[in-house]
Amino acid sequence: MAKTNDLLKTLEMLVETPGPSGSEHQIRSKIEAEIREHVDEFYTDALGNLIARKGKKAEGGKRVMVSAHVDEIGLMVTHVDDNGFARFISIGGVSPYTCIGGRVLFMNGTQGVIGVERLEANEQPNLAKLFIDTGATSRDDSKVGVGDVCGFERPFMNLGKRLVAKSMDDRAAVAVAIGALKAVQNTPNEIYFVFSVQEEVGLRGAITAAYGVDPEVGIAVDVTRTGDTPKGTKMEVSLGKGPAIKVRDSSFIADPRVINWMVEEAKAQGLPYQMEVLEAGGTDGAAIQRTRAGVPAGCLSIPCRYIHSPSEMVDTDDLQGCVELLTGLLGKPIGF
Amino acid sequence: MKFELLPFLKSMLSVSGISGYEAPIRDVITPVWQELSDRTWVSSHGSYHAIRYGAGTEPRPKVMIAAHMDAIGLMVTGIEAGFLRLTQVGGVDSRILPGQMVTVHGTQRDETVELPAMVVMPPAHLLPKDGQKGPLPQKYLLVDTGLHPAEVERLVRVGDVISFATEPRELSGETISGHTLDNRASVAATTIALDYLSRRKHLWDVIAVATSQEEVGGIGAMGSSFDIMPDFAIVIDVTFAKGPGGGDTVLFDMGKTITITWGSCDHPALYAAMKATADEYEIPLARDFAPSGAGTDAYDIQIAQAGIPVVELGIPLRYMHTPVEVVSIKDIKRAGRLMAEFITDLPLDFMNSVRWE
Amino acid sequence: MAKKYSPKMGKKELDLLTRLSNALAVSGDEQEVREIVYAELQEFKDSMHTDAMGNVLVSREGNEPIRPRVMVAAHMDEIGMMLIKEDGDGLFEFVVIGGVDPRQLVGKPVIVGRKHVPGVIGAKAIHLTTKEEREQELKVKSLRIDVGLGGSKLVEIGDRATFDTKLAVLGPSLRGKALDDRLGVFNLIELLKNAPENIDLLAAFTVQEELGLRGAKTAAYHFTSDIGIAMDSTPANDMPHFDGEENTTHNTKLDGGPAIYLMDGATIGDRRLVKWLTDTADAEKIPWQYRQPGRGGTDAGAIHKTRAGVPSVSVSVPQRYLHSAAGLVRIDDELNTLKLMHAALSRLDRSILNPQEIK
Repeated sequence: MAKTNDLLKTLEMLVETPGPSGSEHQIRSKIEAEIREHVDEFYTDALGNLIARKGKKAEGGKRVMVSAHVDEIGLMVTHVDDNGFARFISIGGVSPYTCIGGRVLFMNGTQGVIGVERLEANEQPNLAKLFIDTGATSRDDSKVGVGDVCGFERPFMNLGKRLVAKSMDDRAAVAVAIGALKAVQNTPNEIYFVFSVQEEVGLRGAITAAYGVDPEVGIAVDVTRTGDTPKGTKMEVSLGKGPAIKVRDSSFIADPRVINWMVEEAKAQGLPYQMEVLEAGGTDGAAIQRTRAGVPAGCLSIPCRYIHSPSEMVDTDDLQGCVELLTGLLGKPIGF
Repeated sequence: MKFELLPFLKSMLSVSGISGYEAPIRDVITPVWQELSDRTWVSSHGSYHAIRYGAGTEPRPKVMIAAHMDAIGLMVTGIEAGFLRLTQVGGVDSRILPGQMVTVHGTQRDETVELPAMVVMPPAHLLPKDGQKGPLPQKYLLVDTGLHPAEVERLVRVGDVISFATEPRELSGETISGHTLDNRASVAATTIALDYLSRRKHLWDVIAVATSQEEVGGIGAMGSSFDIMPDFAIVIDVTFAKGPGGGDTVLFDMGKTITITWGSCDHPALYAAMKATADEYEIPLARDFAPSGAGTDAYDIQIAQAGIPVVELGIPLRYMHTPVEVVSIKDIKRAGRLMAEFITDLPLDFMNSVRWE
Repeated sequence: MAKKYSPKMGKKELDLLTRLSNALAVSGDEQEVREIVYAELQEFKDSMHTDAMGNVLVSREGNEPIRPRVMVAAHMDEIGMMLIKEDGDGLFEFVVIGGVDPRQLVGKPVIVGRKHVPGVIGAKAIHLTTKEEREQELKVKSLRIDVGLGGSKLVEIGDRATFDTKLAVLGPSLRGKALDDRLGVFNLIELLKNAPENIDLLAAFTVQEELGLRGAKTAAYHFTSDIGIAMDSTPANDMPHFDGEENTTHNTKLDGGPAIYLMDGATIGDRRLVKWLTDTADAEKIPWQYRQPGRGGTDAGAIHKTRAGVPSVSVSVPQRYLHSAAGLVRIDDELNTLKLMHAALSRLDRSILNPQEIK
């Protein structure tokens, strides 16, 4: 239970820090502070990925890359009009429906709300019809300008077993990776925990991190959709039924050896788990798989409802299960 | 000065001369026609007239050759942030306009300034719903001169004309492309006829007319035919050649034939006489159909004063009313030669044979 | 200290730019521009080569002891067409290469193949069209390139074609085709000839940018640079809104100076490099503007993801009407872009890449 409390505390800290793709400096320094005592070395690479090594490759061990992306979806200002309203473009996949009435927090501390132009009957809103009102009365009065970046602002909410926040995608995975990073001891593997950047705009951080780390096996940790809400997507993953082991998504087909490795570990630990076939989305696993001459890669997924909305929901037991499964995977010789 | 077809044609294709504003093309035609005629003058509507007196005794009969020299084009309707809004003069398919190189003839100052420019499409997001996709309606198109807005305001005013600036280019197989080959190809053919006649004896007076304002309704031809009142008129214009997107209308093989029109504007006796001349000189002459009148100067010339018998010739042309019209040089030469042979052979009593049965 | 450099658009420069703009170098066949680049850069012939893709790569080393390795890319290719089927009578069916709006094709003079054989893309005479037809977009499939009767002897299927547009000076502006990205090529040639000594300038004249930044990918892999910069051209949609509203989506504006990228569809500009450029511009009193964050992409999209990553940014000359028969740029914007690039490279210090510098 104490372990879970630690995990939730870390998660709360993570989700309340803004860090849209390309503006990961705040979240990166918080993660750095959290892990520095627990790793053998760490550095930030050219694109801003935070890369931390734990362990040294020994007999039966492998060089493993574990990637959890630290960035989140957000918005970037494209124009501030004469009256001080800021127009914007999305960073990553942002739906206009979840924007309207939302609140945002800029990297420079400025807050704002999202308004929408008058819509005709049955007209679908699109981002071009939305604007951010920062309370400015004119362009000169505005505290934000072209290029300023904001994330969505929502407090962390603990609903008991279920947790809600913006950026559970992918801070829940960051929390899992940190949990495993702290827990794994005396491993024969050389583990590179990559806290990757710019995943939401096309796995860009993981592409270069994977090249730099040059791993022998790769695991992405990310959230995945569920099919357990009213009239939701048809999908065989539910909240609370344990870590999801990815078989495929639209970015890659997970390496069968990695899938098997995960399944066997879950069985060995007696952990509940579910197989995941996601018909959309992509994860850092695809980037790892394609680096250099190719790397066997898979993905450990955390079931998550309402992905890319400001209220993403995960299950405490799923999170804890992911930490245990990942710790188990990393702590022993890898048999393939 | 020996007349040379290609340089003359190219110089005609390199100037403007929008309907009502024909001075630039008239200035190119003037020295050439002066050389090939006895007297020239400009009509009240700006048509250019050149007469070669015949060898017959007075009062001599006279034939008029009409070829319009004006061009379709554009006109400034508004100036906004340095951009010009436009309308068209003559029939222009708006779909051909985006990206066209044009010349703006700015008259805001005492002297006309020619500004190179281009027609441009604003991006969809700056336009109302009907400008979001598909061909842009003309009202949304703009002209950009590359000048700063203040300079545009200083040089251009609403009503200034805009001409196509596409340069003439020789293509393969003795063809040429350019703007306003409709109808400067026919002005060239008329000039060839004058050139032939300048070296021959002809009994009739011949008056070549480069008409104005054909593209906006035969205005120049109306006045010139009323003024000259010829015994009959040859109208020469371009017609539709076979080519991409031509559809299933009757069309003609460019480079293989010129045409003679058969329809309500065309006197059957003149038709027969012209056809006979073509046969005699082995000039291919296909029949073009215009049962309700062609959209050419013939329509207005036919009804001048008490009426004028008309025969119409055509030069096949691809892509009519685009800045990349294409014609065959051979066809231009054929038309010039046919007119020259026809006129050379005209007896003084020819009109006695131009009758209704 | 770097030698004083003030770019100008004199007769010599305009001549080079004219040759670059008028050349036919559609993505996949950049030979004509490659030849111009080679001819201009004879002094670098020992450190210049053409790679497997066709990129021209030039390494120009500085002479200070510690020198950042800076890759600067400009793409040689342009959008265009390829002849794919002969209909006879000098008429050819064609497909477009790169992002060409079919509405820009109709009624245009074109040149075909290395011999620049003239041709035209005509349209049905307006007299033969119906009102309904005129409201329909003309599809590429219905258009033909016409090189004149019997023209099949001069051109053949497989030949590439582009608009026949000659570079022209329009008052303070330049109008020409393929200014995207021949301005970048021109600027990169000028930068090489006037390279500052504090850096190793790794110049990549890239191919196939218009087909997905493909040349830059291999060029960047070759160079392994510390920093990547794409010099390109970006739309200036600074026209008036039809309904008179404020134009909030202009992307860039002419006369605004070089456009510095914060984010496009392919790259999030490295914040340290963005600041380096804006600080330089402010210090040198060079006008500059942000390109509005948006879609699209430059070679930086490929460079920054190369190997273990290369901090990258893009700088573009604002241009109206890209990917049409002619674009339009201000000469001052072009020269200020070159001036900014030179000044920024001259003051470049590797310390700007310290992670602490990220704000």
